[in-house]
Amino acid sequence: MAAEEVTLSSHIQHHLTNAKMCSTDAGLAFNKACADSGFWTWHIDTLAWSIGLGLIFLWIFRSAAKKSTTGVPGKFQCFIEMVVELVGDNVRDTYHGNSKLIAPLALTIFVWVFLMNLMDLVPVDFLPAFAGFVGEQAFGMDPHDVYMKIVPTTDVNMTAALALGVFILMIGYSIRIKGLGGFIGELTLHPFSSKNKLVMAILIPCNLLLETIALVAKPFSLALRLFGNLYAGEMIFILIGAIGLMQLPLHFVWAVFHIMVIVLQAFVFMMLTIVYLSMASTKSH
Amino acid sequence: MNLNATLIGELIAFVVFVWFCMKFVWPPLNGAIEARQKKIEDGLAASDKAEKDLELAREKAAEELKEAKTQASEIIEQAKKRATLIVDEETTRGQQEREKIIAQGHSEIESERNRVKEELRQQVATLAVVGAEKILEREIDQAAHSDIVEKLVAEL
Repeated sequence: MAAEEVTLSSHIQHHLTNAKMCSTDAGLAFNKACADSGFWTWHIDTLAWSIGLGLIFLWIFRSAAKKSTTGVPGKFQCFIEMVVELVGDNVRDTYHGNSKLIAPLALTIFVWVFLMNLMDLVPVDFLPAFAGFVGEQAFGMDPHDVYMKIVPTTDVNMTAALALGVFILMIGYSIRIKGLGGFIGELTLHPFSSKNKLVMAILIPCNLLLETIALVAKPFSLALRLFGNLYAGEMIFILIGAIGLMQLPLHFVWAVFHIMVIVLQAFVFMMLTIVYLSMASTKSH
Repeated sequence: MNLNATLIGELIAFVVFVWFCMKFVWPPLNGAIEARQKKIEDGLAASDKAEKDLELAREKAAEELKEAKTQASEIIEQAKKRATLIVDEETTRGQQEREKIIAQGHSEIESERNRVKEELRQQVATLAVVGAEKILEREIDQAAHSDIVEKLVAEL
């Protein structure tokens, strides 16, 4: 295996593969042994990095919250409060309902997604190579069999989980605020309506189809926008990393450009979450 | 790119993180920010009020100072008037006293003079009588000399 030639495509393939874990009849299995495990496969690198970064987010903000003073704030508290106010202002401007969940939800999404995206700026080969080294030295594995994808948002499971969470909240808020009848009415009685009951009966399925697509498109667009942007960015980092010394200036330029993508995508995900939940909790018709 | 159980794990992590953030992170931070905003608002209002109070106090002080000045000048004016009055009174009194003393002196002198005059007149009369007696001892021509004596007495 070690003698196998490392081609460019296998190098890229290696970078784009998650570390997998699944349980088989013979106990826990990893990576290639999990090729056929289907749904019950766990991407342990995605899980570990995302949960680790989430804990870092909570630890930083919790320590600021514990030390927070209403007097003159220190520099650390100022920085944290800047982020909190950025999120809080956007929530107040966009969401006019009365919910204690939206603001912390938006803060969590913004900072968590930002931190996960930020992992994209770590040079692409550093941590995978280190993981390969550890795997080889400590567990006697072939370094090519050790997978390590350090940017959780380039895993569609991660972004889909966030979008699914937001989608569940959207439906929950819709039903709580408009009632089940209102929610179903919103799905079936628009955009086409007629006073004639017979015509209306024909129009209802059309409305249901259109509105359901519109509703389901929201979490899909949320998940795939973030995933697509970060996956493409990661891909370009990997390609740049494969071209030898010339990668240094190119990597720098792409990294600088990517800083914008990182913040922007985190912000867009947060804003759209607020907007969708705001739409879900206002009676529009 | 395939969905698998990771989705469930991440969803659980997401829910837990949001719950933690909602319980332990957002309320203290937002509360601190809002409390500080309130504090600053109150502070600004208080400073505005203090400025206004200061302005009022200044005005009041200026007014009082002006009043005090007027009062002081009034008092000085009164004192001056009083002083003039006293001086005038005293002068008048002095004048009267002087005149009285002078008049007294004059009358004393006058009475003394009268007394002396009378005494002198008596003495002169006596002297004249003595003189006359002496003259009479030599030549008794009373009729011839009485007019002289009388003239003498009248002249004294």
